[in-house]
Amino acid sequence: MNNSINDNLIKVEDLKTLKTHGVGHWKLQRISAIAMVPLVVWFTSSLMLILMGGYEQSIEWLQSPFNATGLILLFGTLYFHAALGLQVVIEDYVHHEGLKIVSLILIKLIAFVLGVLSILCVLKIYL
Amino acid sequence: MSRQRPLSPHLQIYKPQLTSILSILHRGTGVVLSMGSIILVVWIIALTLGKDTYLLYSTVINHWFSHLVLLGFTFGLFYHLSNGIRHLFWDAGYGYDLKHAYISGGVVVFCSLFLTVLTWLIIYLKVI
Repeated sequence: MNNSINDNLIKVEDLKTLKTHGVGHWKLQRISAIAMVPLVVWFTSSLMLILMGGYEQSIEWLQSPFNATGLILLFGTLYFHAALGLQVVIEDYVHHEGLKIVSLILIKLIAFVLGVLSILCVLKIYL
Repeated sequence: MSRQRPLSPHLQIYKPQLTSILSILHRGTGVVLSMGSIILVVWIIALTLGKDTYLLYSTVINHWFSHLVLLGFTFGLFYHLSNGIRHLFWDAGYGYDLKHAYISGGVVVFCSLFLTVLTWLIIYLKVI
C-alpha cells in the first residue's frame, strides 16, 4: 500500500520534469527547424556553388554583409539543431548510463566548439 | 536512482513500410548531415588560412567522387528539410491519418528528388 503511493508520487515527479525539460527541448528543436528552412534554401542555391568555387570568388562572396550574416546564422542554428537532434538519438539508442552521459556531453561540446570556430572564421574574413 | 523508462522502438521487429522507412531516413539523414557539416567547417577554415590551403581543399572538393558525396548530402539535406516540414504539420495536428501520411510521404520523396536534380543542374550549368 505504502509502496504504491510512493510509486505514484514518483510518476508525478516524472511529469514535472517532463513539463519543464521535455517541452522546452521539443519547442527549441521546432524553432531551430523553422529558422533553418529559409537558411537551407539560401544555402543550397548559393553556398553550394561557392563551396566548389575558387578562392577569390569565396572571399568576395563572404565580403557581402548579407552572405556573412546568413552564414553566421546558418552555423549557429545548424550546430544548435544538430546537438538537439543527436541528443535524442543518443538518449534513444545508448542504454549504458555512463556512456550515454559522456556522449551527451561530448556532442554538446563538439557542436559548441565547431559553432564558435566557424563563426569566428566568417568574422575574420568579413572584417 | 534508476527507473524503468519506456524504450525506443526495436527497429528489427517491424515489417518495412514507406512510412517507417521515411521515419528512419529522417533520423539517418539528420545524423549524416551533422557529420557532413564538418565539410563546411573545413571550407571556412581553409578559406581563413589563405590561398595555398584553399587550393588544396579545392582540389579535393572538386574531385568527381567528392561531387558524388556532395550530391548525396544535397539529397539528405532536401529530404530532411521536406520531411521536417511534414513533421511540423504533424506537430500542428494535421495529416495524422494513414492516407494522408502516405500522400505526404510521397510528396516528400518527390520534392527531395526534384530539388536535388534542380540544384545540381544549376551547379553544373554555372560551374562547369
